[in-house]
Amino acid sequence: MRGEVLIEVSDLRREYRVGEVTVPALQGVSLSIRQGEFVAVMGPSGSGKSTFMNLLGCLDRPDAGRYRLAGEDITRCDADRLAAVRNRSIGIVFQSFNLLPRATALENVELPLIYARVPAAERHRRARAQLARVGLATRERHLPRQLSGGQQQRVAIARALVNEPPLILADEPTGALDSRTSLELMALLQDLNASGITIVLVTHEHDIAAFARRVIHFRDGRIVEDRPVENPARAADLLAATPHPSPLSPPPQP
Amino acid sequence: MNLFDTTVSALRALRANKLRSALTTLGIIIGVAAVITMLAVGEGAKRTVQEQLKSLGSNHMIVFPGTVTASGVRLGTGTRNTLTEGDARAIAEEVPGVLAAAPGMRGTAQVVHGNLNWSTVVFGVTPEWLIAREWRIARGRALDDNDVRTGAKVALVGQTVADMLFGGTDPTGQVIRVKNVPFEIVGLLAAKGQSFSGTDQDDLILLPISTARSRVLGGGPGRSRTVGHISVKMADGVDMKEAEIKVRTLLRQRHRLQPDQDDDFNIRNLSEVVEAEQAASGTLSSLLAAVAGVSLLVGGIGIMNIMLVSVTERTREIGIRLAVGARGRDILGQFLTEAVILSLIGSVVGVALGLGSTLALTHFAGWEVVLQPHAVLLAVASASVVGIFFGWWPARKAARLSPIDALRYE
Ligand SMILES: Nc1ncnc2c1ncn2[C@@H]1O[C@H](COP(=O)(O)OP(=O)(O)O)[C@@H](O)[C@H]1O
Ligand SMILES: [Mg+2]
Repeated sequence: MRGEVLIEVSDLRREYRVGEVTVPALQGVSLSIRQGEFVAVMGPSGSGKSTFMNLLGCLDRPDAGRYRLAGEDITRCDADRLAAVRNRSIGIVFQSFNLLPRATALENVELPLIYARVPAAERHRRARAQLARVGLATRERHLPRQLSGGQQQRVAIARALVNEPPLILADEPTGALDSRTSLELMALLQDLNASGITIVLVTHEHDIAAFARRVIHFRDGRIVEDRPVENPARAADLLAATPHPSPLSPPPQP
Repeated sequence: MNLFDTTVSALRALRANKLRSALTTLGIIIGVAAVITMLAVGEGAKRTVQEQLKSLGSNHMIVFPGTVTASGVRLGTGTRNTLTEGDARAIAEEVPGVLAAAPGMRGTAQVVHGNLNWSTVVFGVTPEWLIAREWRIARGRALDDNDVRTGAKVALVGQTVADMLFGGTDPTGQVIRVKNVPFEIVGLLAAKGQSFSGTDQDDLILLPISTARSRVLGGGPGRSRTVGHISVKMADGVDMKEAEIKVRTLLRQRHRLQPDQDDDFNIRNLSEVVEAEQAASGTLSSLLAAVAGVSLLVGGIGIMNIMLVSVTERTREIGIRLAVGARGRDILGQFLTEAVILSLIGSVVGVALGLGSTLALTHFAGWEVVLQPHAVLLAVASASVVGIFFGWWPARKAARLSPIDALRYE
């Protein structure tokens, strides 16, 4: 239900050991996120944002602290249960897209469904629907290298959505994209958020964070600021105001 | 992930690296082909020995006359240094388990038909001799007791003699001359082929022993009952060693030999020769199988090597799969499937190659090779086992990666 607590972390800690040196990447993070929120995580490089996202995404385990997702104590789950959580409850979007290079767009989107043991016909249908949802219905058979960066990131989002998880995690999803493509992506994420999906997004750009409804600041592995955004910008409006740079359109008059 | 999806994705991964996959399977191909060929060669050797055993007659021994010596001194006239038809009858009647104890005489003679002639081995035999030596009749009839009693001038010819004198036409009813005596051919012996020592077993003619003795092979009327040898055939399951002892005891009694006297006969127990040959061919087969097994093992190590490289190279792919919900066992299954598919493809090609080389050995080298279905099955099964065994460790390594470590891998 919208408004209920989805993510609840308390005193989350994570250190990296590199040789003799111990890097305390997260030094006690507590926070809760409700269903339907759109949270931007900001902070300087090395402040622990990615470490935090990897823990939220069940890709990594904390050294200490508690993490509850939809009421389930994730810190006590075994590896197979974590895989199931990643598969069904969380869609993850990476800065570097992380698509399988030799699989088509459609096959990449189908991947989570394969591990969810969805029969082939149903898989195709659902993957197609998600590709259409992100505006790539005509690119089903393209390989990642035959797609632009923005299109690849859309495929990654379609893949994150295909199991209809309540939560999308995105670590600098616009980091590798130009500004217009970033806008398009943010419009898509805002759409998804409007449909009820909780979104947690890492960015170091204020322009991007401005589309969220809550901004959290990290520094040295701690949360130093957590504030709501009064009037989040609408990416779709900005997009409409920006003319489409097309080689076919006439050059601007001096 | 179900089996079909796993297989499809494994095939895709293997296709992405065609050359490497092909080189990997090469080890398995050679291993499987070697197993199949070696087993076929080994089996062929075994069959050859078995056939020779059959043609020799199993459970068979031959008693030859010997000279009599006592305390190292050869005794002179008056000692009995020959075997008789009576000895043969006594063996047949008194040694338990004897199927046939048949006297025979052996010599060589020129056999003439029309303007063709051929030098061959002539045996004077009784009907039992044919049983003891396991000769079958291809055409016409065998010798019978009546032929022996009346000293009939009839002959059985071996396939080689028939070929030489009659060039493939039916020899029965034809007349040949042996030492100027005309014999009517009443039967053609079924061919046996080569013996162990490589002699042609079909190069012979058989005459009734009485006729042979008086007309062809010599021996005066006074010694009319002596024979060249006695062929003894025992029933199946009889202990040949024991039978040999019984025959020896019986003959020593009949020949009135004192305990300090040596035997005046020799017993050649052919079963022993055959058993030794069989053991040798068995050893050969196992040796060949071992060599083939080693090549299969080397092929398996090749698979492991490639799988390890592949796991390292595809760490990021593994990370992506884990991130979208693959479990460790899904990753394990995926890499294991790739290993098994590699070895199955290797098996199929290896079977084809093995069949080819088996045919080539028969066709060009003239080796007797016998391909058994279970050899093919064994080769394919062991290739799969090798694939799973050597694919296991790299696959396990992949399955144990933590998602974030795999994703971060450069
Ligand atoms: N795998 C790792 N091994 C060692 N240190 C790491 C590793 N990942 C991150 N760190 C360190 O942890 C700290 C936080 O990193 P990270 O969470 O990636 O920060 P951010 O995403 O905010 O830039 C940094 O000091 C970084 O050097
Ligand atoms: Mg980061």
